[in-house]
Amino acid sequence: MLTAGSAARPVVAAVVARTARLVLLLTAVAVASFVLMVNSPVDPVAAYVGADVASLGPAQRALIAQRWGLDDPAHERFLSWFGNLLGGDFGFSLTFNRPVLEVIGDKFLASLALMALAWLLSGVLGFGLGLVAGVRRGWFADRAITWLSYALASAPTFWVGLLLLYVFAVSLNWAPVCCAVPIGVPADEVGLGDRLAHLALPAITLSVVGIAPVVLHTRQAVVDALASDHVAFARAQGERGVGLVLHRVVRNAAAPALLLQFGSLGELFGGSVLAEQVFSYPGLGAATTTAALGQDVPLLLGIALFTTVLVFAGNLVGDRVHALLDPRSRLVDLRGTR
Amino acid sequence: MTALVPPAVGRIDRRTRTLVLLGVSAAVVLGVLVAGSWAQDAAQTTSLGERNSAPSAGHWFGTDWLGRDVLARVLSGLRMSLVVGTTAAAISAVVALVLACAATVGGPKVDAVVGWLVDLFMALPHLVLLLMLAFALGGGTDAVIVAVAVTHWPHLTRVLRGQAKQVVNSDYATVAVQLGRSRWWVAREHVAGHLAGHFLVGLILLFPHAILHEAALSFLGLGVDPAEPSTGILLAESMRFLSAGAWWLAVLPGLCLLLLVKVVDGIGENLRSLLNPRSHHL
Repeated sequence: MLTAGSAARPVVAAVVARTARLVLLLTAVAVASFVLMVNSPVDPVAAYVGADVASLGPAQRALIAQRWGLDDPAHERFLSWFGNLLGGDFGFSLTFNRPVLEVIGDKFLASLALMALAWLLSGVLGFGLGLVAGVRRGWFADRAITWLSYALASAPTFWVGLLLLYVFAVSLNWAPVCCAVPIGVPADEVGLGDRLAHLALPAITLSVVGIAPVVLHTRQAVVDALASDHVAFARAQGERGVGLVLHRVVRNAAAPALLLQFGSLGELFGGSVLAEQVFSYPGLGAATTTAALGQDVPLLLGIALFTTVLVFAGNLVGDRVHALLDPRSRLVDLRGTR
Repeated sequence: MTALVPPAVGRIDRRTRTLVLLGVSAAVVLGVLVAGSWAQDAAQTTSLGERNSAPSAGHWFGTDWLGRDVLARVLSGLRMSLVVGTTAAAISAVVALVLACAATVGGPKVDAVVGWLVDLFMALPHLVLLLMLAFALGGGTDAVIVAVAVTHWPHLTRVLRGQAKQVVNSDYATVAVQLGRSRWWVAREHVAGHLAGHFLVGLILLFPHAILHEAALSFLGLGVDPAEPSTGILLAESMRFLSAGAWWLAVLPGLCLLLLVKVVDGIGENLRSLLNPRSHHL
């Protein structure tokens, strides 16, 4: 068992181990994505010059290639790129005409509002529905909720977005059709209400994606908890109804739901790529699509590394929260890291 | 603790019902395949006289901005989804099987490498990985198949590896090793049989993911050739006409894709409950 006195050392060791893992992972992702990009059939010079590529003479092309070091061996190019990364220089985004880090920081802020809202919405709603379904197992409410979750799990994100867009923005006119702010209004005159109105539909779309796993796992955890000895004991002591669920079941059911929510940041980001495309929301997801379509390699590589950190951080926090809620999962740490 | 088993509905037992459901689902999938190849010409036939017309008796799903029949386009799009999904899921499942077997037979070092590969592929958001692969391969249908195929194996590898480990650590496998059997013999005689069911079910359950990811890539513009009627392309095209009220362009193709995914998913779930009756509660 972990005692208070010896707790400090394992924690330090765990932090070092996790950090080393992250660094190793990032290096691997950097190498792998660099190899992918180097071998792609896209000609970087043509991508840079754009439509004027026809007027580019072979001499000029050779000059650009030499200037950029395109003729150097791949490992040299990788080392110089990687060296720049370590120095905090992620390169220059051609589609946005700004440094990559600036673009990512800016766009991520817009995405963060969207993703956080969707994350909270799917977590709270999914947990609530899962709780109801688990408690009312086999009844109509359970069947309806389970059926809905399975249906949502198979629905394409962007299609859900299109449906919402049609119903609420086109037919009912309750929400704006696109973008993060009203068109033609200076940025500093946009109120909070406007921003929220533009955020609502993309956030609902995005939350729909993540809701199904939370519902289904919470439901199973509730069913397991209700069948356990400690609930049987509480029942024998006369506990009933809402009190029983709140005191004996919720904590058990929250552990898998939270683990799942933190572990699904990657899915959430993937969903935001699609949701932002549907609603023309100018976030990091839309920037990813733009980068891929616009052959903006530095931005694509930057986003790959950034999202790796995001997913890693999500998993890490999820593990810690899970350990806080469920003491049994802490014992695993003592047997050494995997 | 015993789970409450809901009473059987009617006089048909669960096994028969599962078999009937399986048959019907397989028939639906086959029907979509046949109808899809049959509708390919109709999907490209333009008739500029009836542009953007709402669903009617002549065109059940309406027509698009070039007067093409949306039902025909949806059917050939679904066929495309099935073809891409089958190919990609099959490749992914085989990769998963090979890696899981290597991890089991090859000893702790290979096992660590496989585990690390799985972690590496799961480190990036799946869609970002797909986008990068589709970009690196230059887009187009082949690129989508490859991108979807090489990114869907990690989860199944985990499942298969876990199953294989359970078998290898079981008493009868230990006895076999102590009797002098090689790792390969144990893998062939004891592990393979246990993995077969999981492999088959895992393969079919990969389908929906593969289909949805193909649609997503096509929707974003990095997937199949825009001239091909893929569901993702149909939905991307529909966006331009949605504000004009052309709901049938978006609602119906997406609904059909959802239904197809549900049907294929149902095949996987039903097969799973046939092969392993204890797992149907999951």
